[in-house]
Amino acid sequence: MPLRRRSLRIGCVLSPEQVNHVAQLARLELTESETEVMAGELSKVLGYIEQISELDLTGVEPTSHVIDLVNALRADVPHKSLPVAVALASAPEPVQGGFGVPSPGGTAE
Amino acid sequence: MSADIISLSATELAAAIAAGELSAQEVFETYRSRSAADDCNAYTWLADTAPADIDQHTGPLAGVPLAVKDLFCTDGVPSQAGSKILADYRPPYTATVVTKLLDAGATLLGKTNQDEFAMGSSTETCAFGPVLNPWDRTRVPGGSSGGSAAAVAGGLAPWALGTDTGGSIRQPAAFCGLVGLKPTYGTCSRYGMIAFASSLDQAGTLTRDVKDAALLYAHMVGRDENDSTSLQHPEQMRVPSREDLRGIRIGVPESLLQTDSGFDAGVREAFERTLKLAEQLGATLEPCELPHAPHALAAYYIIAPAEASANLARFDGVRYGLRVAGDEDLTTMYSRTRAQGFGAEVKRRIMLGTYALSSGYYDAYYGTAQRVRTKVADDFRQAFDRFDFVATPTTPGVAFELGAKTADPLSMYLNDVWTVPMSLAGIPAISLPVGLSEGLPVGLQLAGPAFSENRLLDAAYALEQTIGFDGSSAREEVAA
Repeated sequence: MPLRRRSLRIGCVLSPEQVNHVAQLARLELTESETEVMAGELSKVLGYIEQISELDLTGVEPTSHVIDLVNALRADVPHKSLPVAVALASAPEPVQGGFGVPSPGGTAE
Repeated sequence: MSADIISLSATELAAAIAAGELSAQEVFETYRSRSAADDCNAYTWLADTAPADIDQHTGPLAGVPLAVKDLFCTDGVPSQAGSKILADYRPPYTATVVTKLLDAGATLLGKTNQDEFAMGSSTETCAFGPVLNPWDRTRVPGGSSGGSAAAVAGGLAPWALGTDTGGSIRQPAAFCGLVGLKPTYGTCSRYGMIAFASSLDQAGTLTRDVKDAALLYAHMVGRDENDSTSLQHPEQMRVPSREDLRGIRIGVPESLLQTDSGFDAGVREAFERTLKLAEQLGATLEPCELPHAPHALAAYYIIAPAEASANLARFDGVRYGLRVAGDEDLTTMYSRTRAQGFGAEVKRRIMLGTYALSSGYYDAYYGTAQRVRTKVADDFRQAFDRFDFVATPTTPGVAFELGAKTADPLSMYLNDVWTVPMSLAGIPAISLPVGLSEGLPVGLQLAGPAFSENRLLDAAYALEQTIGFDGSSAREEVAA
């Protein structure tokens, strides 16, 4: 696998193979020319981003949320949900009260 | 009569309607017909008519039309977040802040154009065409809340809702000569806002003046049980009235301002002139240190795309929005739908975020960025021990020409270099129009500690009264 390096590298350049791998993870179909353009653009942005690897962040706690909030959950009381017909109103393929999708394993029947 | 209506602020409109001097119906139709006739592409949806009962609306905002950024869900009304993947999507519910404003008497005038999923700084990444700046229609209005900014600046709405993740209210406010308030993170519910980066997204206001910002924000705040990150503002919002800045200490982060090579001379001049005015009003000015702020943008371009890549996983062609048939299997359907539904900038950010979160890279990118975020927030906390506010220009330059930065994503990102630090820290910041450079508006940004909105609005009001910025010329072009 190409994605195994563990530290930031200054001037990191993404190859088209790495771009394809990430596109697969992101469920995005890219054309060959899109992949090439993306490799160049992402490399440039990553080059800028990697300035943060120069900072000494030893012992610094990461912040995922800026305001201190604890257990801000609502009471566990049942409430009205969307009626099925409303929930399905925008569905591309409503099927028997659910969302229809192609078979995960390939052509069904 | 319609010229008079357009010249009134939202606060004045609310008072005139309440006093029976203007009818809500007349106000709504004046704005609606102007908006329908305008070509700056500020709206993606405009109401056909006023609600039949508009003259019976009650509440402090009764009868005042409201423009709403497209990414706020509105029941039965298109809510597309500027994306083809949500073309014609009509949600079955309404965002909490919109509900609150409608409950206070406001009327939904239209939904405003925006960068796709709020990813952009020019409102050129939207699927429904770029928005033009009413000050100069060859230039961008800023973004991502560019449609809201253009609507208010062009006299197509008395005021508008926007959202700010890294500068998406403040930067378009600066480019369009408006007041833009990004409140403290969490003080307005995110429920019903189509998510970009959940730890940063914040609803806020685009208005002609500071009083309007205070009035609109006062009716948006509050804890919402549908958003577990929302919280109660510890203060009651009040109408700003302060006329001086005596005793106010303002810090100017010189080292941050030196990080941008594109700092326009006219913007610097307007900024320095405004600081002198602040001193004349009684404020004291001193340089302040925000040592990690110059690295905030780099951290932001990890954190925001990482969160976006997770949030946008929901657009998969299953429950709503576009579906592109994938004959073979489910995964192909996902990949094709997303390939056709998302624009180039959104794809770029999803890719960047997916890469940063991928196995082996998570801690190096996302973990490091979250630590930088801690340091950026600490820097502000320390600065606010000595200062009431930190002041910067909102943007390094004025509104740029359409297409000027679309070919180079990084140059577009650098537009937000002075607005992103406040977003990472979750603190409130306001952009105030302070003058013109080459005929285009310049914004001053004031940032304060969490929950300091009342003091921030007061200070901005005092400056506004002295500056006397006049935005009326941008409202002249549309034939009424």
